Amino acid sequence: MNMVNIKINGIPFKVKENTTILEAAKLVQVKIPTLCNHPDLPPSAACGMCIVKVKGSPKMIRACATFVEEGMDIITHDPEIVEVRKTVLELILSSHPNDCLQCPRNGNCELQKLAGDFGIRDVAFPQILVNHPADKSTQSLELNPEKCVKCGRCVEVCQIMQNVWAIEFIGRGFNMRIAPSADTFLNDSPCVKCGQCTAHCPVGALYEKDDTPMVWKGLRDPEKHKVVQIAPATRVAVGEAFGLEPGTLTTGKIYTALRRLGFDAVFDTNFGADLTIMEEASEFVERFIHKKGPLPLITSCCPGWVDYLEKFYPEMIPHFSTAKSPHQMVGVLSKTYYAQKNKIDPAKIFMVSIMPCTAKKYEITRTEEMFASGYQDIDVVLTTREFTRMIKAAGIDFLNLPDSEADLILGEYTGAGTIFGATGGVMEAALRTAYYFITKKELRDVDFVETRGLEGIKTGKININGTEVRIAVAHGLANVEQILLEVKAAQQTGKEVPYHFIEVMACRGGCVGGGGQPYGATDEIRKKRAMGIYEDDRSSEIRCSHQNPYIKALYDEFLGSPLSEKAHKLLHTKYHERPLYNK
Amino acid sequence: MPYKRYVVICNADKCKQKKSNEIYEFINKELIAQGLKEEVQVVKCGCFGFCSEGPIVKILPDETIYCHVKPEDAKDIVQTHLLKNQVLKNLVYDNSQSRKNIGFKYDNYRKQLRIVLRNCGVIDPENIYDYIARDGYKALEKALFELKPDNIIEELKISGLRGRGGAGYPTWKKWQITKETASDIKYVVCNADEGDPGAYMDRSTIEGDPHSIIEAMAICGYTVGASYGYIYIRAEYPLAIKRLEIAINQARELGLLGKNILGSGFDFDIELRYGAGAYVCGEETALIASIEGNRGMPKPRPPFPSTKGLWGKPTVINNVETWANVPVILTRGGKWFASIGTDTSKGTKVFALTGKVNNSGLVEVPMGTTLRELVFDIGGGIKGGKKFKAVQTGGPSGGVIPEEYLDTPIGYENLQQLGAIMGSGGLIVMDEDDCMVDISKFYLQFAVDESCGKCAPCRIGGKQLLEMLNKISQGKGDIEDIDNMKRICFAMQKASLCGLGQNTPNPVLSTLKYFEEEYIEHIKDKKCKAGKCRDLVTFTIDPTKCVGCGLCAIKCPVNCISGEKQKPYTIDQSKCIKCGTCYEVCKFGAVIRK
Repeated sequence: MNMVNIKINGIPFKVKENTTILEAAKLVQVKIPTLCNHPDLPPSAACGMCIVKVKGSPKMIRACATFVEEGMDIITHDPEIVEVRKTVLELILSSHPNDCLQCPRNGNCELQKLAGDFGIRDVAFPQILVNHPADKSTQSLELNPEKCVKCGRCVEVCQIMQNVWAIEFIGRGFNMRIAPSADTFLNDSPCVKCGQCTAHCPVGALYEKDDTPMVWKGLRDPEKHKVVQIAPATRVAVGEAFGLEPGTLTTGKIYTALRRLGFDAVFDTNFGADLTIMEEASEFVERFIHKKGPLPLITSCCPGWVDYLEKFYPEMIPHFSTAKSPHQMVGVLSKTYYAQKNKIDPAKIFMVSIMPCTAKKYEITRTEEMFASGYQDIDVVLTTREFTRMIKAAGIDFLNLPDSEADLILGEYTGAGTIFGATGGVMEAALRTAYYFITKKELRDVDFVETRGLEGIKTGKININGTEVRIAVAHGLANVEQILLEVKAAQQTGKEVPYHFIEVMACRGGCVGGGGQPYGATDEIRKKRAMGIYEDDRSSEIRCSHQNPYIKALYDEFLGSPLSEKAHKLLHTKYHERPLYNK
Repeated sequence: MPYKRYVVICNADKCKQKKSNEIYEFINKELIAQGLKEEVQVVKCGCFGFCSEGPIVKILPDETIYCHVKPEDAKDIVQTHLLKNQVLKNLVYDNSQSRKNIGFKYDNYRKQLRIVLRNCGVIDPENIYDYIARDGYKALEKALFELKPDNIIEELKISGLRGRGGAGYPTWKKWQITKETASDIKYVVCNADEGDPGAYMDRSTIEGDPHSIIEAMAICGYTVGASYGYIYIRAEYPLAIKRLEIAINQARELGLLGKNILGSGFDFDIELRYGAGAYVCGEETALIASIEGNRGMPKPRPPFPSTKGLWGKPTVINNVETWANVPVILTRGGKWFASIGTDTSKGTKVFALTGKVNNSGLVEVPMGTTLRELVFDIGGGIKGGKKFKAVQTGGPSGGVIPEEYLDTPIGYENLQQLGAIMGSGGLIVMDEDDCMVDISKFYLQFAVDESCGKCAPCRIGGKQLLEMLNKISQGKGDIEDIDNMKRICFAMQKASLCGLGQNTPNPVLSTLKYFEEEYIEHIKDKKCKAGKCRDLVTFTIDPTKCVGCGLCAIKCPVNCISGEKQKPYTIDQSKCIKCGTCYEVCKFGAVIRK
């Protein structure tokens, strides 16, 4: 790659060509303020905060969208530039409700931070607001156009990263707003509730539905037996809200915090992940070895992905694994197996899931199978973000908490369960167990590194006893299309399918990058969180789901065997074609 | 067998509104009745540029031009002029007050030079042979068989042609960059998304001479290595669209478009794309997004379309008027073109001259013509003997120019230095009855309505400016508003993403520059001298002048004027809506506007 010579604020240095001025400035410790820019997305150049001067040009140009050129002499800060930025910021604030105290983003809002950095005391211009009601139609997400700064991140994420096209710009000029496609309600749009829009929104215009009041209420109820479970990806992200590095494993502290909040039993979704692997790997063996059912088998533990496939590729439904997602399995078992063993009335169990995901809020009432215990298996889903707010509200000094263990009989997990939280993890965990099911032998080396990393599509060939298993892993919904089209093309021409087993996660990086995770995720942060997950796996004594003694006990005492009738009734679900638009 | 005479009838919008179609039919009928059908052909043509005098009927080869023709004049034209060879004195353009020659020449054409509009009002735009007879497609032939792409670019470079859409980027550079960018596919695009209020240069050019655009685009395709072109045209221009469709089909039939043009091995074809009326789609990156089927929102440049345009491919985008210049430059040479105009602005510029000027219409003048010549010699001065105040160029992105700069020669840099811009060619003349706060409000309202809303400075800055102007025009302004407006304007100029936002402040800044005292008057004295800002105006009746005719009371839409006949009338101020009707209808100057 060619290098070019540039100067920033008088500092001469060399930088790779195809570097934006914004990136180049960071190399010489210069921070150019931005609002619309996000490292996941191409520059939209909307906000106008990152303007800089280039000597020889009368204009100010956008640092986010302009590449360096040989000889460029750039000024990023002078009184005139700062004044223009301040005016732009004041203009943005003049059309913003500025009700920070009641805002879901209070304390972590990017606009609030800018206003602080610029020391805004007065806004010279009168406040003019866009009056449009908030859209609270989904169980997962809310959209408040009044707070929107029109940076366009959510539109770009939804259309380009996720290929869902559920939100778009409507109207123009001052009345331009972000709205569900075709100006319908979000719940009637193609929205799959992945929540990536909320994870990318710089302000409080798109955010998760706040279900903490329901949890506080449940915790106050003396009649209830309060049960909770935490998803794999939460344990490496909760710490961020308390100043820890992304990827720091805080499993033990989370368990303690949950007990202090008042939960009677603390389970782990990773146990459910081990169980999902038992069912899903068995399904794979059925289809791959015994030819019962179509290949490829496609994973179904991501509810955003499930919703997407039901809406966009319903003809592929037979390829879906019918195994429920891990937290749904823990939910149904809490109200059956656990309740029976401990002689608790399942009607009195209040079951909460702490998830990195907004789509899980939708999943818990998705089909009648989500009520397999005779009750709603999961009562409330909280995202990681909501959970951290509860910890703070409860006055828990998270950083200094002692560690504790999860409760039995749904709390013990293996390394295979924990890697569900990163892209490729479900595939890797399934392969570890499928290998055993097929060969009846244990793997010597359980690492399938071809499934790991942030490459959008990962493919590989695994040799199991001389038979080749072709796998594909995709994350970020826009990456799915290519794989599905390859499969369909093979099916239509009667060729052998290119893959036997496909894992899909809706969010980039898998659940560690979920739509309900702490704000500010970038690839760097996703990588760190994934490293925490793999560290959890590596340090586990048991790293294959079928070796989990509590899984074995569960089958022995309660379910019989994987894919048994009882397992089917409690642990499997059905899928239905859904319209893209409801009206 | 050629006809002895031609009757050419303007079929452009303004003349059509005044029944030029009926005139066409009636003349044809009368020709049949008089047995002249074999000798005289009636032709519908594009705009003559003399819109205030329409409908226009021209007799060739006599060169007689009739104005304000009505359908019932058809008989006279045929029987008197065509049969008896007598000019109809009552219909001939009469400008005897200022000039002596009556009849055969327009004096308002005198200072004009028609290069872009060379065929408008001359040929039948729906007949390709008319265009060919006037050297049409000669430039394409020359390009394909005599010139290499580099020669064509060199010729354009010599000519000094710059983009007529407003920004004035050298046309040869655009072409060269696209030519030199390696790509399997390239595109040629014509920007016919004319949207400035009051502007109709491009529409008239297409309606009057569609082939000139097609020919130019094909030449460009050959030069840069593109074989496909799009014309992005407003859906609100149905006649221009129809004429383009006819022209494209005719060109295809004659092998001037399509595969292997004129046997040269060069393929080129053109498709139309319709704009849905968004002004911002005239901005080239928004226009590209719109052709691609996306929301018409600008994108950051670079990359410029010439390297990465339509569907990511190198694309030449030029405006209609720019295209129309290209064939002539090739046939008559870049040197000839460069001999017209000023040092930095070559050739001619078409303007839509409107507002408080006697001869409104479409005019084409050499660059370097002064604004005074445009307004007073060609435009015939101010209507009703009122006093000239300013001329507005460049539409919503332009600015006003006061009397003291009227002798400025027209050119890109000159107008920009004055705080206006060349723009696409709107030119609105204002007189003492125009209020500068009101003018600035008008353009701001337009820009605010048409902002796409993508970038914050334009979306919010424009809205805030408009609110402040509204306040000032209602007499509720503060003196700090002026500084705040200047602050917003500066930020918008520097931090808006596209030309629309960067230029939206121009009307405000230029009126503030030349007429700041009017703003201060509105703010401090709560007065609008021009009487345009309703909230600041009161209408009263001067009892010494009122004769009690009662006309004002009859015309008043809210019946707030009362009185006895022959005695002075009075206006009930609590009911008055300040529409100014009484002021306009009073023949005795008794209504006072303050």
